[in-house]
Amino acid sequence: MHPDSLQTSRVFAGIPATGAGWRRILATLAFLSLLGPVLAAGRTPSQAELAAAGGTHWAFAPLTAPILPRVRQDEWVRTPVDRFILARLEQDRIRPSAPASREVALRRLSLDLIGLPPSHAEMECWLNDRAPGAWERQVDRLLASPHFGERWGRHWLDLARYADTSGYQVDRERPWAWVYRDWVIGAVNEDVPFDEFTRLQIAGDLLAQRSPGMAPEKIRAAQVAAGFHRMTLKNHEDGADPLEDAARIGVDRAASTGLAWLGLTVGCAQCHDHKYDPLTQREFFQLYAFFDAAEEQDVEVGSGTTAYTFSQRTSPPVTRIHTRGDFRRPGDVVAPAFPAVFQRMVPRDRTVVAGGSRRLDRADLADWLVTNVAPLTARVAVNQVWLHLFGRGLVATTEDFGLRGEAPSHPELLEWLASEFIRTGWHRKELIRWIVCSATYRQASVERPELVAADPANRRLARQNRLRLDAEVLRDSTLEVAGLLQHDVGGKSFRPVMPEDVKFLGTAGAWTWVDDAGPVLFRRSLYSFAQRTVPHPLLATFDQAGTSEVCTRRERSNTPLQSLTLLNHPLFVEAAETLGKSVRTGEAGRLAEDVDRLFCRLLGRGPTAAERTRLMRLVREVERVQPGAGGRVLAQTLLNLDEFLNRE
Amino acid sequence: MTPDFQSLAQRTRRDFLVSGSRGIGGLALAALLDRDHLLASPKPASPHAVGAAAAERLRAHFAPKAKNCIFLYMEGGVSQLDLFDPKPRLMQLSGQKPPDSFTQKARFPFIQKESAVLFGSPHPFRRYGRCGMELSQWLPSIGACADDIALVRSMHTEAFNHHPGELLMYCGSMMLGRPSVGSWINYALGSESQNLPGYVVLTAGRAASGGTTMFSSGFLPSNLAGVVFRDRGEPVRDLANPPGWSAEARHLGLDALRDLNGMHRRAVGDPEISARIASYELAARMQLAAPELTDLDREPADVRAAYGVDRNAGGLTTYRGGGPDAFKSFGRNCLMARRLVERGVRFVAIHHASWDHHNDLNSDLEFNCRVVDQPVGALLRDLKQRGLLDETLVVWASEFGRTPLGENRPGFAKVTGRDHHPFAFSMWMAGGGIRGGQVYGATDELGWNIERDAVHVNDFHATLLHCFGLDHERLTYRYQGRDFRLTDVAGSVVRPLLA
Repeated sequence: MHPDSLQTSRVFAGIPATGAGWRRILATLAFLSLLGPVLAAGRTPSQAELAAAGGTHWAFAPLTAPILPRVRQDEWVRTPVDRFILARLEQDRIRPSAPASREVALRRLSLDLIGLPPSHAEMECWLNDRAPGAWERQVDRLLASPHFGERWGRHWLDLARYADTSGYQVDRERPWAWVYRDWVIGAVNEDVPFDEFTRLQIAGDLLAQRSPGMAPEKIRAAQVAAGFHRMTLKNHEDGADPLEDAARIGVDRAASTGLAWLGLTVGCAQCHDHKYDPLTQREFFQLYAFFDAAEEQDVEVGSGTTAYTFSQRTSPPVTRIHTRGDFRRPGDVVAPAFPAVFQRMVPRDRTVVAGGSRRLDRADLADWLVTNVAPLTARVAVNQVWLHLFGRGLVATTEDFGLRGEAPSHPELLEWLASEFIRTGWHRKELIRWIVCSATYRQASVERPELVAADPANRRLARQNRLRLDAEVLRDSTLEVAGLLQHDVGGKSFRPVMPEDVKFLGTAGAWTWVDDAGPVLFRRSLYSFAQRTVPHPLLATFDQAGTSEVCTRRERSNTPLQSLTLLNHPLFVEAAETLGKSVRTGEAGRLAEDVDRLFCRLLGRGPTAAERTRLMRLVREVERVQPGAGGRVLAQTLLNLDEFLNRE
Repeated sequence: MTPDFQSLAQRTRRDFLVSGSRGIGGLALAALLDRDHLLASPKPASPHAVGAAAAERLRAHFAPKAKNCIFLYMEGGVSQLDLFDPKPRLMQLSGQKPPDSFTQKARFPFIQKESAVLFGSPHPFRRYGRCGMELSQWLPSIGACADDIALVRSMHTEAFNHHPGELLMYCGSMMLGRPSVGSWINYALGSESQNLPGYVVLTAGRAASGGTTMFSSGFLPSNLAGVVFRDRGEPVRDLANPPGWSAEARHLGLDALRDLNGMHRRAVGDPEISARIASYELAARMQLAAPELTDLDREPADVRAAYGVDRNAGGLTTYRGGGPDAFKSFGRNCLMARRLVERGVRFVAIHHASWDHHNDLNSDLEFNCRVVDQPVGALLRDLKQRGLLDETLVVWASEFGRTPLGENRPGFAKVTGRDHHPFAFSMWMAGGGIRGGQVYGATDELGWNIERDAVHVNDFHATLLHCFGLDHERLTYRYQGRDFRLTDVAGSVVRPLLA
């Protein structure tokens, strides 16, 4: 273990000196007293030492139910979330930021909730609604939109390592993968509670089989949902060793479950006991064993569609530990079981998984995730939601809630959100509502020079963050403002136009890419066919999630290739040309009107006088060197504005 | 310098250089800014350094020999027994059963172990150079550089399927999603090029079987990924202005964009906007620089002839080697590689497919040798003549070798090729920090197992990084709770290979 990772300053960063904060400091001191000597000696802690430390680790502890902090500026508070944020700010004598302008606020909300900017009419309606509850009405409208499931379903698909092909050299098409993708979108739209959402994806096929009274469409949905673990890669290369591939797939299922639900790098224990968390290699293979009994099965579910799902083997194979991670070196026999470190998270009488001689199966695993370890599952889930609304999790290491992960910036807020999430029935939409209705969320994102030195990463949230749009949102927003976007939800993936050389690069004789044509090319990006070996360059350039493993957070890079794409890619050029046609460059009065209209359509706000002047000058200059091009150059300039590429 | 860049330099330099989730996300672009003095102060301590973070990292390591790498990747599994590792004994025993001890534990994708027999190489070897290195007579041009080449005959790998093997050779792990070696080097050292990406991939022959996954930046920032350049026309996608958009109009648009972004920068104060402005300026420079790069007509006729950029296939055709067009492409790629290195591009991969000679080995292998030998030899000589070989590491690699057994997969009428062989294969290195004129390691008389000085892929990567002044155990990146390395959890530098 790197000693830096446990320097006290980092461990204590972000802990308010309130009651629970002190409890945490005490727990951390206990933790350090357990691991301190080990770290000082510069050696890797043993599992026994890690288990002792894990016993005091915040993420493995039962949920505390924090009392809402008292704050001086009560009038600032809109939802309980604000009390936690404000308490910390007041303690550090920092004022929160003013609210964002109404225009910025609605554009932000719309991009965050449905991945599209508001239409002109929506913006007008909001600007004119001065009655109490106007913001909440916008929130309700967007949460009820069918596009909500597209945006938030996509977040889940990042965790599901969703793709339309099998990966590796042959990279065979999975023509029905989208059925699972559509289930995710639907489940998010229907706000299927997260505990049920979990059960269905871990063990949907088993639940369907065991519920004789279940309605046929529920059975179908459950079978489709179990497709989460059919999203693993599979090697169809001639001469591939099927046992090797099966072992790799099993490892992926155990590791992905750990990462997506528990925020833990359990995959690290594949070859040896985990070096930094209390998790032994035996425990890893006990998790692996849950999936050994699952046999892949493709079943028809209604009108000619197929679900990639599982059936339970009647006699599950014997699972053995892979010595040093090598499946050719079978070690001890193991049966499905749960890691020991989580035993004390929930009082024993409230755990549902019974011991005894019965072999545990995936349904037990699913139950365990949402009961026995519910505190951790909920912390991880609410942290993901926070990440998507602020660009950074309360726990910044979204992939690591273990001993080496970063401490939460607002521990009590995380506890409160997780407890309330569970108490009110695991509703994602409700959770989002608490956050987006808060004054914290609605703050301006404008930088505050006086805070840069003290809080360069804005962890205290004395303002919102400016975030570059996700790849899909960027493409979709461009098409939307140009009036080109197709809005139909769900269905088969479309194949966007792939540059010829990229097509060639991925076609080692195994598959061919045939571009789709027509309006389907303007469907939303999450319906773009995901070929694992050749990610689509447009989306990849803007940091689309990889498809080979669970992606708990995306990079936000800024490269010259992005600029070239935005300037010259045919799709962005078409959007600029479409928008440019509507600009009347001839008369000064009309031009000013059109500049304002276009500006407003793209950015949700009118231009300042300086901006308007500069843009009108641009059009006039362009018309002089290339008559007729003023409109599209204007449109392209606006589409390339940093403000358009960001959610403020 | 605009006020934007000043404040950018003063306020966010750290954010820039630390590859956070925000900021321009990596060292390479910061390096570009540095080169252009867009980041005014503080100046990096070392002229080589690309910024404080890299300098810190480098301080801990040691003096590099190599500045650039040209990675010649022969996809499919080059037959070492026919090109690099002569086995007269195998020829004598050709047609006989191998000893059971060899086959007992081995896995093969296609060979039926029970009936397989040894398959000798009928192709003569020759001694090349003062060092007398034995190589196939199909490699005269490469052979002429033998005194600069360190040939390793004792490579081994765990992978016996292509894609995992390629991932291991490029990214140090058989898992998808790890950064490519070129991304690691750019992450550590930054790019020296002010208007080209730091990691460029050129392809020839058949398509790469793993798509673009071997060139991925994995969990490193995306601007460190290998950018696939085309060998003619527009080298980068979306480089040229769209049809009907005049350069003057575009220029006016970019001017307005810069002004408006500047206004917004002042309004909201986000330094990221300055980075965005810089990205557009770099893009504009790339637009100018990249077409010049691929314009090989600027090269003198004798250079073009040496690389064979205008060769035709002389009537040879084979689908596996990419067909007749592969001759031109591969020659152009080698010449492009030199031009890229001259322009400061850190890592150039030339990916040629395919060498997967399960059958028709005689004709297909000869075809591939004819495609690659002349340009590769020309590249080595050209680099040397220009004084670039000392700082340019040239690597010849493949994911595994081929079996001493003939391939008898069901359905093959007769044995004309070899299966995948991960237990022993050959690769070579030259230039930047490598001691040429030596053969390292040896295999047994059948070429089945390694007899001495085994070199694992992780060892090769450790050695490669060493040539760049990087300690493979200290070049790490924390991701999902773990400090990842190119060499995963193994590897040690093969010191005898070093100059």
